[in-house]
Parts: sequence; structure tokens; C-alpha cells
Amino acid sequence: MKTESVLEKVIKSGRLAVTSECGPPRGAVAQKVIEKAEMLRGYVDAVNVTDNQTAMVRMSSFAAGILLKQIGLHPVLQMVTRDRNRLAMQADIIGAYTHGINNMLCLSGDHPQFGDHPTAANVHDIDSIQFVQMVRKMRDEGKFQGGADIQNPPKMFVGAAANPFADPYELRVARLAKKVAAGADFVQTQCIYNLEKFEQWMHSVCERGLHEKCAILPGITPLKSAAMARYMKNKVPGMDVPQQVVDRMAGVAKEKQAAEGIKICVEAIHRLKECKGIAGFHIMAIEWEQKVPQIVEAAGLYPRPQVD
Amino acid sequence: MITAERKPLEEIINCVKPFERILLVGCNECVTVCAAGGRKEVGIVSSALQMAFLKQGKNLQIKEHTLERQCDPEYVEELSTMITGVDAVVSMACGCGVQEVARRFKTVPVFPAVNTKFMGASERQGIWAERCQGCGDCLLGVTGGICPIARCSKQLLNGPCGGSGSGKCEISPDVDCAWHLIWERLKALGLQDRYEQIIPAKDWRTGRGGGPRKIIREDLAE
Repeated sequence: MKTESVLEKVIKSGRLAVTSECGPPRGAVAQKVIEKAEMLRGYVDAVNVTDNQTAMVRMSSFAAGILLKQIGLHPVLQMVTRDRNRLAMQADIIGAYTHGINNMLCLSGDHPQFGDHPTAANVHDIDSIQFVQMVRKMRDEGKFQGGADIQNPPKMFVGAAANPFADPYELRVARLAKKVAAGADFVQTQCIYNLEKFEQWMHSVCERGLHEKCAILPGITPLKSAAMARYMKNKVPGMDVPQQVVDRMAGVAKEKQAAEGIKICVEAIHRLKECKGIAGFHIMAIEWEQKVPQIVEAAGLYPRPQVD
Repeated sequence: MITAERKPLEEIINCVKPFERILLVGCNECVTVCAAGGRKEVGIVSSALQMAFLKQGKNLQIKEHTLERQCDPEYVEELSTMITGVDAVVSMACGCGVQEVARRFKTVPVFPAVNTKFMGASERQGIWAERCQGCGDCLLGVTGGICPIARCSKQLLNGPCGGSGSGKCEISPDVDCAWHLIWERLKALGLQDRYEQIIPAKDWRTGRGGGPRKIIREDLAE
């Protein structure tokens, strides 16, 4: 084991891992973090805590992660290169590890243009691949990015993101290979609706043996409505929602669309469980955390393995 | 070249409002090429200012002059005979020219009439696009002649990010994805293998991270 991470232990045990997501609130309301996270207790191995997602200011992932840790859950600290330079990032990584946080997801982050502070400057001192390299170096070599020794180096289980659907498509496996070479232990993907295309991508991932070096967790997001399906299809950059998924959602009565969305997502998990190279699932139920237990159970991923 | 765009006329009017006599100075270099602050634009702004003030019953005296190169002290010196009796200078050069005039003439206020934009190239008639951020340690040799620092919205040195679609950046359909361009170019050069070499974290000391920069050429410096 590279770390003390429960997520790493589950993955190394060969069982399918389950992660989910908790978006911190837009204010100093600890109770909201705890309420959301409590819905996930027992059903997931780790909980991603997003970092100013969609470039909107929220409670820091670091602070919200500590709240999760205090109630005995296992946060995955998301961090974006958009808002911090390498000094601030490393300081927060040490800080988080000091509080027992031992999973990270290294991201570049959405452009500020999409958020509520479009006038902000981008930092991007390093990019997401250099970020993975930095966290791995801190752990494995006990060195800061600048080269100096770290006292009690933070041992983070290092995650990265992958989008199998962005263009140019021929680079999607190659870019994952770069993240793996940089030191990514696990990868959580963009929400998967186009299962065939994802399976093709996974096939190429396995051909290169990347799944043996890095745990691949496809991202699963239940659709709440046909409107959400259309929005995801047309408005979210890098998202691939096939027309048949939109049609299926639109084909049922409005009050039954949420149930249909859950059904689609559970079917996807069942199908992808058979896909070679999958190490688990990242279930992102956006502002719908209460549905995660139901999805996990219906997908046959409950109970979660006890590895502690 | 350095590109610029003229400021809104209202903003220029507000700057010169308190003054009676101004010197409007253009530059014959980059801002002439990008049609922002050359002799022609000096003439246009001069007429527009005069008209605007005449409407308000004020006769603004404007001297016009366009220097060969406003960022060069040798040429800026030409203004020393013209500046006598002038209340303010309005410079139509890039920020380098404005500052050179301010440095030379310490007691005369200088106002910029253009917004300096970026180092770029002309894509076609009337369109200029950013190409270089002057990072001080050129990477173009490894990125196929396309700069990800200047042209990727997230400045990714190992892109593209997940937001690239149909060759365009997620921030706008008008912005090319730099990494898409880099990849196409590497393919055209038969250098696809290079893509998977990780470009390490950049040393920003050669850029703005190292503070204001200066080049000293011992062989040329007096």
C-alpha cells in the first residue's frame, strides 16, 4: 500500500470501489456538508469534496473535507490548479494530510468564465498532469516540488480526471497514459452516458495496460429529468449524451422521469461491471445525494467491503 | 507585434477635459500596423475630440505628431520642442510608448488613448490574435510551433483538457483549442510520439514571476 487510504485498500482488494460526491455549500454552514455526507454513509468508500466547482465560490474543499473526516467519512480532496499556485497547493496538501485526509483528485478546474467571478485571474501555475507529479513526488520522494525535504510527507492516494469523449478523440487514451505516467493511482471519468464509446475507450486503455497501473472509475450521474438530459447534451462542454438517452427520458411522463433516470444509471453500472479494466464507480448525484444508497443497492454494490 | 485597440472616445474626452492644449502622439510601429494608433488614427481622434469639444463650446488646441518609434528615447526626444505650452500628452502608442513619454517629460501628464492588448499576429484583414505571452523560455520547439501558454485558456502544458470539442475551446466557439492545433501539427510533422513526453512544471522566473524583466547586452550596452 502506498497510503493509509481506505479507497486504496478497497481497490487493492480487487472489489469494485464506490465513490460519490459532496459539493460544499455557498456559505459557512457546516450542517449542510454533514447532512449531505450522512446520506452517503455506509454506501461509498470515499466522498469527493469539490473545489469551487463550476468556478463558483464555495466552502473550501479542505474545510469541508475536515468536516467529513470528523464524522468518520473518507474525503477525496479535490483541488484545481485554477485558484492556487504551487506554494498554496502544497501547503493545503500538507494541511489536509495533517487532518487525516489521504485521497486527492488533481484537476485544472472550470474556466472562471463559467462561474460567478468571471473577472477573476486564472492561476494555472502548473497543469493537472504536473499537479499529479507534484503530489506523487511529495509522497514517494518526500520532497516539495521545489526540491526541499518535507517533514512527515503527506501520503496521498492520487487521483486524476479523464474525459473519454473530448476531442481530439485519438488523444484521450494518450492523455490518460500521461496522467498514469505522472503517477495517478486512480482516475474518475466524466459522466458516462455513451456506454459504447466508453467501452471502446476502455478497450484501448486495457490494450495499453493502463488499467493495471491505475484504477479506472467511470463517472455515473443519474438524470433527474429530460430537461437535464438535454442540458447535459447541449450545454456542458465535453459531455456526450446520446440522443436515445434524451428520448428515453422524454418518453416517460414528467413525474416518472426521475425514476427513469435512476433506472438508466443502474443499468449503466450493471453493464459497465462487465467491462474489462473497471475498478469501481464514481457516482455523482448532483444535488441528489439521497439517491446514492438506492443506486448503490440496486447496482449490487452494497454492502461495502470492510477493509479497515 | 504588440496589438492595441483605441479606447472609447468618451474615456479619452474625460481625460483631456481639464486641459486647453494637448499633444496627441502616435507611433509608426505596431499600433500603425494594427490600425490603432498610427498617423491616420491620430488624425481621426484629433478631429473627433475637436468636434466633441466644439459642441460644448470649447476650443481644444491639438498638436498632432507621430513618432517613428515611441518606445525609443531617441525618437521621443523629438517631442521636446513640441511639448512647450502643452498641458497634457495623449499617447496613441502601446503602454511602452506611453511610459517612455512619461519618463522623458516628468512634469506633463500623459494619458493613454489605446488599450494595449497582446503580442499577436494578423489572422486575416482586420483580425489579430494572441500568439505569445513572453514567458522568456520559448517552448515552441516542443509544441509544434503553437504556444499553449498564450493560446490555451488554461495554460495547460500537457493538454488538451476535457472541454475541447470539434477543435474549439470550451470558453468560446471562436477560440481554437491550442492542444488540438498542437496535436494536428505534431501529426503533420510525424512527431506524434512527442505528445506523451510530459512537459515539466514551468520555471516562471523567466516570465513575470521573476519580477520586472530587463535584457542587458554587455556587447551593446554603453
